[in-house]
Amino acid sequence: MTETAYNFAYLDEQTKRMIRRALLKALAIPGYQVPFASREMPMPYGWGTGGVQVSAAVLTPDDVLKVIDQGADDTTNAVSIRSFFQRTAGVATTTRTQEATVIQTRHRIPEVPLTEGQILVYQVPIPEPLRFLEPRESETRKMHALEDYGLMHVKLYEDISRHGHIATAYAYPVRVEARYVMDPSPIPKFDNPKLGDCPAIQLFGAGREQRLYALPPWTQVVSLDFEDHPFEPSKADHPCGLCGATDSYLDEVIVDDVGGRMFVCSDTDYCEARQAQGHRGKDAA
Amino acid sequence: MSYTPLLSVRGIGKRYGAHVGCIDVSFDLWPGEVMGIVGESGSGKSTLLNCMAGHLVPDAGQVIFDTRADGPRDTVTMSEPERRMLGRTDWAFVHQHARDGLRMGVSAGGNVGERLMAVGARHYGDIRGKATDWLERVEIDPGRIDDRPSTFSGGMQQRLQIARNLVTGPRLVFMDEPTGGLDVSVQARLLDLLRGLVRDMGLSAVIVTHDLAVVRLLADQLMVMKSGRVVEAGLTDQVLDDPQHGYTQLLVSSVLQV
Repeated sequence: MTETAYNFAYLDEQTKRMIRRALLKALAIPGYQVPFASREMPMPYGWGTGGVQVSAAVLTPDDVLKVIDQGADDTTNAVSIRSFFQRTAGVATTTRTQEATVIQTRHRIPEVPLTEGQILVYQVPIPEPLRFLEPRESETRKMHALEDYGLMHVKLYEDISRHGHIATAYAYPVRVEARYVMDPSPIPKFDNPKLGDCPAIQLFGAGREQRLYALPPWTQVVSLDFEDHPFEPSKADHPCGLCGATDSYLDEVIVDDVGGRMFVCSDTDYCEARQAQGHRGKDAA
Repeated sequence: MSYTPLLSVRGIGKRYGAHVGCIDVSFDLWPGEVMGIVGESGSGKSTLLNCMAGHLVPDAGQVIFDTRADGPRDTVTMSEPERRMLGRTDWAFVHQHARDGLRMGVSAGGNVGERLMAVGARHYGDIRGKATDWLERVEIDPGRIDDRPSTFSGGMQQRLQIARNLVTGPRLVFMDEPTGGLDVSVQARLLDLLRGLVRDMGLSAVIVTHDLAVVRLLADQLMVMKSGRVVEAGLTDQVLDDPQHGYTQLLVSSVLQV
């Protein structure tokens, strides 16, 4: 049921128009951070205000929405955003990746390969990959404009000199179409290879920071690395305890107070679909 | 022997509102030559240096640098990306305070490697090898390559800053009081090191200082500045041994003879 007091998908049409214009610019310049007039949303900053505004701007009444939080469809953030759009837009929702046309995500890319016609919306806390290396925004903008990206490798250099390998495990910086260095939001670096050559449209929204950026379909995205320390996507070296999958990103779950733990797929839809097909892991009941 | 000056400064002027930074400064710097600029505080030395290095935009004048690719070019009218490229390849800038020129939160090796990575080095082993080599050249124990500069002494920080600047083999180094704030024995070592590097690498340098001993040791040519103007210029020994201008005479006679 749509609550009639609200415009479709909560935001007013002029705001959606402003966001769509910013999104078009972002798609035209892949990886470039476009400023936009972020609105106050009925949720705290850090809960996905950027992602929600982007989703609201791209949703149509015929869309099927899926919302995931760290891969899961049933956590607080995912449930509340899903019900927000059910109430304000009245769109159909699903947990099945294949059936969704718009997927809002926090910190994961679904395991099932995305297809043409789908839109993946990321919630981004800090859009500026250079932020912790160079705190001045005026300076980082200049560095992006002039492709002055030596500093990004200094961070990776420091990782190797301190840990012996590139220890950055999430929000791993990427270079888009050999031009802009981009923060892919805090997805695990396991997901980085899925960013490039993706058939779906990927949109990134940072509400507090008032920035949007985007990857159009089939964009070249390269994870930064050194020749002698190449990029390696990593995951826990276990099969899923519930569905036995060996190719999915895993969460470690502590199950008791004597050191017992299990590894399960972070993508709940993927895990459930596999279990429905009869796959079983060692911890499955 | 090259017949083009490496750096040719023509009529540089910079005002801060009604206040004068420097007025109508011109000189030529030839390859392998070291130019000293002395003068009291507020005489416009640092303004001039920052105008030449592209940190400040001068109100008037030209700074013509003999680039490797295109020959002499005016760096004031050059585009910002080109000027930045010069700033991390052929030019180097040594700040008075090492903290301004170093990244204090990044290890010594990372500090030295930054310029290499900025011009496209992407092999960790090579970068680290070069960083180790340069730490040795500036007399820092290579075992401290992973330590942060904040754990270094003032003299070591200054030497690290020099290593970080020289690692890409620049042809021109701007130095703003490189020995300021260091005690005399550390100063002497640093000067010794600088003199060796300048001679070995055939560097050209512009050194701003108020310490006449520094220019006596390092500089071939000397300019004396007062109230934004050059009041005397010439060969270092000539200017220091036979000062003509009243201010230069005052400056030379102010030095305590031990």
